[in-house]
Amino acid sequence: MKISFQHINKWFGKVHANNDINFTIPSGTIQGILGENGAGKSTLMKVLTGFYQADSGEIFLDDKAVTISSPEDAVMMGIGMLHQDPLDFPPMKVIDNFLLGTRGGLFPNRKQVEKDITRLSQEFDFQINPDSFVETLTVGERQQLEILRLLWLGVKVLILDEPTTGISANQKEKLFATLLKLASQGLTVIFVSHKLEEVEQLCSRVAVFRQGQLVGEVMPPYDTDQFVYMMFGKSVEVADKSTFRSEVPYIKLENISLEDYRLRLRDINLEINCGEVIGLAGMEGSGQRLFLRMLTGLIRPVGGSILYGGHNFTGRTYPAFQKAGVAYLPAARLEEGLIPGMTLTEHFILSEEHHELFVNQKSAIDLTEDRIREFYIKGTPASQIEQLSGGNQQRALLALLRNKLRLILMEHPTRGLDIESAIWIWSKMKERCKECTSIVFTSSDLDEIIQYSDRILVFFGGLVSKPIDANTTSVDELGQLIGGKGW
Amino acid sequence: MSLEPRAGQTPSLLKKSTWIDFGIRLSAVILALVFTSLILVIAKAQPLEAYKSILQGAFGTTIKFTSVIASWVPLVIATSGLLFTFTAGLWNIGMEGQIVMGAVFTVGAFRIFDETGLDPSLVIFLAFLAGAAGGIFWALLPGLMKIYGGVNEIFGGLGLNFVAKTAAIWLIFGPWKRPGVASGSGTEWIDIPFRLPYIPGTNLSLTILIIAIIVVVFTAIMLKGTHFGLRLKAIGKNDKAAYILGIPTTRYFLLAFGLCGLFAGIAGAILVTSKQYSLIPDAGFGYGFLGLLVAMLVNYHPIWSAVIAFFFAALSIGNTELQYMGLNSYFAGVLQGFLVLFVVLVDGVRKRLVTKL
Repeated sequence: MKISFQHINKWFGKVHANNDINFTIPSGTIQGILGENGAGKSTLMKVLTGFYQADSGEIFLDDKAVTISSPEDAVMMGIGMLHQDPLDFPPMKVIDNFLLGTRGGLFPNRKQVEKDITRLSQEFDFQINPDSFVETLTVGERQQLEILRLLWLGVKVLILDEPTTGISANQKEKLFATLLKLASQGLTVIFVSHKLEEVEQLCSRVAVFRQGQLVGEVMPPYDTDQFVYMMFGKSVEVADKSTFRSEVPYIKLENISLEDYRLRLRDINLEINCGEVIGLAGMEGSGQRLFLRMLTGLIRPVGGSILYGGHNFTGRTYPAFQKAGVAYLPAARLEEGLIPGMTLTEHFILSEEHHELFVNQKSAIDLTEDRIREFYIKGTPASQIEQLSGGNQQRALLALLRNKLRLILMEHPTRGLDIESAIWIWSKMKERCKECTSIVFTSSDLDEIIQYSDRILVFFGGLVSKPIDANTTSVDELGQLIGGKGW
Repeated sequence: MSLEPRAGQTPSLLKKSTWIDFGIRLSAVILALVFTSLILVIAKAQPLEAYKSILQGAFGTTIKFTSVIASWVPLVIATSGLLFTFTAGLWNIGMEGQIVMGAVFTVGAFRIFDETGLDPSLVIFLAFLAGAAGGIFWALLPGLMKIYGGVNEIFGGLGLNFVAKTAAIWLIFGPWKRPGVASGSGTEWIDIPFRLPYIPGTNLSLTILIIAIIVVVFTAIMLKGTHFGLRLKAIGKNDKAAYILGIPTTRYFLLAFGLCGLFAGIAGAILVTSKQYSLIPDAGFGYGFLGLLVAMLVNYHPIWSAVIAFFFAALSIGNTELQYMGLNSYFAGVLQGFLVLFVVLVDGVRKRLVTKL
């Protein structure tokens, strides 16, 4: 099926997520969609599959204008999407997952469906038993299951969003073989990824997105440098940077291994010095969050040891880390960092250590007023936290940090802030570095990472790079690593 | 720094929303009265007559009025306990069972100290301690099950209510049965010196009134004025963020359950020493469930809970009068049930409207 996007625009508040997208995907091709987090590629795919409605513009399927108002609609028109996180029902059987997506009558024809599953899985050399429970399958097998299900529903366009995250090399090979076979049968495959190598290997054409815009379409032969340049843009001139990194190591990680249900990080060794800033680069979900939460004690490493100032902290819990001077600023501000329904003053009371019984309202309000002034928070001591704007919530989160800290861990500290505020926040943080506080932070903005870090770790699909000196690296080099090149 | 100070408008917004809130709650009360009246009409009774006789039943004589207060005492104590768990975001459905356990332990203590010849007021004091211990014990169970077993406190509490009641029945018909033949009407009465005396000419013991006032004041101060109360509130609103801010959430969950159990146990001891004088199968008299209704109605506010609990107590006592109109004396329950339903319903509708705006 031929797909054509014409003048697609999509706004989320002030963010222009899709900015006048025009391009055509011929049928029987594997189309690569390449871009950073937030480049607009997932948004466009969600518009195509009916999760979102475009604010303006049209989609043509085989030269016919269509309105796709729901994912179910999309499937009816022959468009199926494989999501990054499988949308299946783990405690149910494979066959039930198939039956759930159908409109069949009251009594589904289980025998026939079972036969279909077996036939399809033989055709693509998958080993999926219709009677096994989904929760016993690996991520790769669940993906195979989802592909089979979509094919069985008769889709003619198959969209895959970062499909190689969390599957084995073997399964990846099988997946690629399947996709090539499907394309040769006339199916249109859309392959959304940030992994340069895979895109180069698999796709017969590539569209590159950056900041909501389609920057260009590329045909083989591919040039990696050109991709990186298109994805990340020109690197901004790196301004003066001050460093307060001392030669005194404070934190020592020895052979740390981390795991969650789809990622495995192995044997990380690192020393973090007093006053040092370490930036964690990589696509979201490549293990940075695991790493950061391990440093706070919220996740236990499955192997290795953590030493803080010479003391072994392996296996200790978050309160112990907090007592030792570790602070954590999560990215999900209103879910994990702040408490909706409580005022700024109440937040400041909660954030400080108190051993007396009664709350001293007056001193709490004084403290809050001081911090509001110091951090330019637009609000009053009695403002409920959720009534502040996103930027002011971020400032409040930073203002809640206690005074004497040894290590601050931040996820996307300046996301959603204007440049001025970002620069101001970093000057505040660097002041802390002067007092020997170390900082580890994640960001999807490579310029920010190069600008403020002393050293940088790049995360890619379970791999962690050796520390890279921020003074000698470039957006280009990091971009290649983030895309999985040069490992 | 280009963002407009949205939060600057907060104070006036808050004031306005408080009045809207009040209006919404009032409309729920009116709806409840309308629907109750409808049911009265269906039952072929005069609604106004019925309400009048409830008022007379509650306030007509000194005895009636003091009975209302005597019934207010365990209710407001149970509600106060529940305010701690509600503030921490916990649904302590097991309250009724915790009161029953308080009563069981109280009666147990009296049986132990009955013949020791200790001073009666000392024995009463010890019995109250035992009752408190029973309530705390029974409240910590759902807390521990929640924290270490992942069992939702609603299911844990529901199960434990049955266990408590069954335990009481087993004691009544088994080990603690009356001499001669066991009876569902309860165990043997405690000796007269162990019963809390009524103020002459009334149905009310001064001791329990003082206890209730202490409990209400204590709860108000703890929840509104202390770091403890603030931290509980933070946990109730967002336990993940509270943990990351440095509040040991597990400990506070258990403290909330423990305090709630303490008050449940005291309520159980009060019911034994000033009302029933024995252990009966329904040793909690439904005060745990009624307390849940009151706590839901007052939206975490300790002082209001005293007022609403008084209203509920008056309804419960006053409706005995309805029997003379040929109506069932459980009728107050209809009004109480409608009240809670409409407050919760109207609140849900309000939230929908607010998010739509």
